[in-house]
Amino acid sequence: MASKYVGKRVKRTEDPRLIQGLGHYVDDIKLPDTLHVAFLRSIHAHARITGLDVSEARNAPGVVAVYTGKDVAEKVGPVPCAGALPDLRVPDYRVLARDKVYFVGQPVAAVVATDRYAARDAVDLIMCDYEELPAVVDVEEAARGGPVIYEEYGDNIAYRLTSGEGDIDAAMAAADRVVSQRIVHQRLAPIAMEPRAVLARYLPGEQELTLWSSTQIPHLLRTQVAVMLGMPENKLRVIAPEVGGGFGSKLNVYAEEALLGWISIQHAKPVKWIETRRENIQATIHGRGQVGYVEVGCKNDGTITGLRYNVFADMGAYHQLLTPAIPTLTGLMLSGCYKIPAIQMNVTAVFTNKMSTDAYRGAGRPEATYVVERAMDIVAAELGVDTTEVRRKNFPAPDEFPFKTATGLFYDSGNYQGALDKALENSGYQQLREEQKRARDEGRLIGIGVSTYVEICALGPSQAMPAGGWESATVRIEPTCKVTVLTGASPHGQGQETSFAQLVADELGVDLNDVTVIHGDTSIVQYGIGTFGSRATAVGGTAVFNAVQSLKEKASKIAANIMGVDASAVAFSEGVFSAEAAAAAAAGEGPPSDSPPKNVSIQEVALAAHLARQIPAGMEPGLSATNFFEPANFTFPFGTHIAVVEVDRETGDIKFLRYVAVDDCGKMINPMLVEGQIHGGIVQALGQALYEEVVYDEQGQIVTGTLMDYAVPKAAHAPRFELDSTETPSPVNPMGVKGVGEAGTIGATPAIVNAVVDALAPFGVRHLDMPIRPESVWKIVNS
Amino acid sequence: MKKAISVTVNGATHQSEVEPRLLLVHYIRDVIGLTGTHIGCETSICGACTVMVEGQAVKSCTLLAVQADGASIKTIEGLAANGKLHAVQEGFWEQHGLQCGYCTPGMIIASAQLLDRNPTPTDEEIRHGLDGNLCRCTGYQHIIDAVQYAARKAKGATGD
Repeated sequence: MASKYVGKRVKRTEDPRLIQGLGHYVDDIKLPDTLHVAFLRSIHAHARITGLDVSEARNAPGVVAVYTGKDVAEKVGPVPCAGALPDLRVPDYRVLARDKVYFVGQPVAAVVATDRYAARDAVDLIMCDYEELPAVVDVEEAARGGPVIYEEYGDNIAYRLTSGEGDIDAAMAAADRVVSQRIVHQRLAPIAMEPRAVLARYLPGEQELTLWSSTQIPHLLRTQVAVMLGMPENKLRVIAPEVGGGFGSKLNVYAEEALLGWISIQHAKPVKWIETRRENIQATIHGRGQVGYVEVGCKNDGTITGLRYNVFADMGAYHQLLTPAIPTLTGLMLSGCYKIPAIQMNVTAVFTNKMSTDAYRGAGRPEATYVVERAMDIVAAELGVDTTEVRRKNFPAPDEFPFKTATGLFYDSGNYQGALDKALENSGYQQLREEQKRARDEGRLIGIGVSTYVEICALGPSQAMPAGGWESATVRIEPTCKVTVLTGASPHGQGQETSFAQLVADELGVDLNDVTVIHGDTSIVQYGIGTFGSRATAVGGTAVFNAVQSLKEKASKIAANIMGVDASAVAFSEGVFSAEAAAAAAAGEGPPSDSPPKNVSIQEVALAAHLARQIPAGMEPGLSATNFFEPANFTFPFGTHIAVVEVDRETGDIKFLRYVAVDDCGKMINPMLVEGQIHGGIVQALGQALYEEVVYDEQGQIVTGTLMDYAVPKAAHAPRFELDSTETPSPVNPMGVKGVGEAGTIGATPAIVNAVVDALAPFGVRHLDMPIRPESVWKIVNS
Repeated sequence: MKKAISVTVNGATHQSEVEPRLLLVHYIRDVIGLTGTHIGCETSICGACTVMVEGQAVKSCTLLAVQADGASIKTIEGLAANGKLHAVQEGFWEQHGLQCGYCTPGMIIASAQLLDRNPTPTDEEIRHGLDGNLCRCTGYQHIIDAVQYAARKAKGATGD
């Protein structure tokens, strides 16, 4: 079947409204009589609340109510954690603090007022007295001893876990060398450009609550908030309108979401809370937060014998939805692109007086790839060989897939050599190394960093997922042959309104603009899981594809009935069902004028399905199909990134000379969208490598509390990317799609750090922790 | 203690009574009701709130509504003329210069200003010219391509 749309750089159907400012994000939705909420948040990392007087605030102009932890304690259930691990400690996490506060930014009281300025004014009238307690900040110190956050636990350990297969001690003993390195994955703030936002509207007559939230998981949110509020799930409607970015930070259930719902119920009026950026940095989940020790055993010929990773994982003070699960994803990907017969990860997950960590673009997998790719570079340096040679030596061959890892996974398909070769060719690697030699002779500090990565996405088989890993789609062909797709995926920039329409338009032979994709409304769309883990196309798109196949089969039968032929004789191409060969054979010499048609368009079938006069006996009318697709495996996109940097000796700044990437995400529905995902992913990696860190001081105060200090990369920080691709289809779904939303972030971070370390190799530098600040670089160069 | 102001937004003049402390971005969004201009921070870094005031791109979160008394403002909603997209808007659509769309109105206004001042910018000049606008989704490359598209289109229109 000729592809009119799939595989092409189709312009997005989302864009016309967004480029004209006509989209609706949560704060753009205006309901009459809306009340506004502002929060009093803890200014201490760890303290007892010894006094809380809201009386003056209650009497302030425009204030309708002020709620404290005591008011809602028994009324709203705890913030949920879906991570089920053996012996996991789960502190009770209430929507407003009661007797103690555990991190700076924890909500203590909620002011409800008639306008947002009045609400914010009244927050300043609340008197909150604290008795400060010692703050637990350093994750390694917190694990060893010192002040304990939760007295009932006796220590600060949230859980311990050992994972991996193979005899790691034997592997290390069999090694010619064991390379060790301490590696820090600093805390990051996702900084979606739209902070969180919630609008809740309770209708007392209908007893229905509608929650508009900037979320990635509308259905899961509905279920969890219904539980928290003790209300029937089918009387709660969650709508994710336009969502201004997520990156995992909105794959969650937040205190504010349930609390706003509760407040609306109390007042029977719409209630709105729009997060400020300060609140966002304090009280929206952080990413990463691991301090790890990697040991890699290798033979002198570069063969890796085993890898061990002992890691302290900073949970924060509480668990949000997936907080404890993130390090387990790290463990799964410690094999990287390599045949490593023995792998062991030992996690010590630790409570600290900080905001919770949770899923942020890559969610545990950037940590794994970073550790493995840094280790490979260190091994190569020890052995005195080119970094690409050590990598290549340990790749599985393309015919060794599905490839079983010592972390219990089966990589679906892969050709790591192909991606590496292409990247080396595109970058002119040999020439680059020669240029580097010449540059070094001139005293210029040029570094070349390579990362060969594989990542696990398209989450995933439900056995491995806390809330199910399937995805749903309903595809309806309306009487006028317009097509409506209801997807459980919840895009927030990824473009599935366009890419799913491309898929459906090609399959059904209709025009792209006749296909409308609806998502994000739990009253319209059947239950779905949502968008995260680079799953929307691989899992959600497959559900769409499967539903469309059912429709084509049914439509074919209707067409056969109209044409008076057997269904097996019908062919479908570009929107037309034809039975010409069969009809001609049956008619003999030529058809009489009143004989049945030899072609029926899908438009005719659509109408016929609803008028129900020409459908086969016993067939249900209508033309709608629903599919819930359960993937049998994750998918494993992969690639090679090569960064070429130059260090400015006078300032310590890092400048990019080249950035070459070859990524393989299987089949691409829209290569333009794929590029966008990779570009965006790489710049977030760049942010982690060189600029970003959520810094808490020894008292647990956030030092990087606004965008003046938390350095999100700007256009001038990013280089021009030279992207290319290989296409190794995934056997996991019929389209061969793998997923790509997080791959850029996962692959790029080590490429960039490897490049900087390479640039500074003449100074004996073996490793640098992120973010690599100009000050650190300058000191190395000028000491 | 409200103050009377008169502000022209996208060609329509509005008479309003506002608190002196009302931010221009809140005036545009909540009083006039044009929600295409967005808020992404409180420290004037992100640029999502960028509008044109008297033909200059400014961050409307860092202006008070009373400071705009008597001024003429253009927001993203007023950029297209007679149903025809501005060249920069067209460029963003053609080149996939947006994903979630939240930074986009401010980014488009800033880009339009950049091209007003420098009709044939280099990529470097675009990157530095957009120093006041953050994007977390695109990685910026397609935004640069979008602005270059608009620059080429404007050049073509003048027959150069």
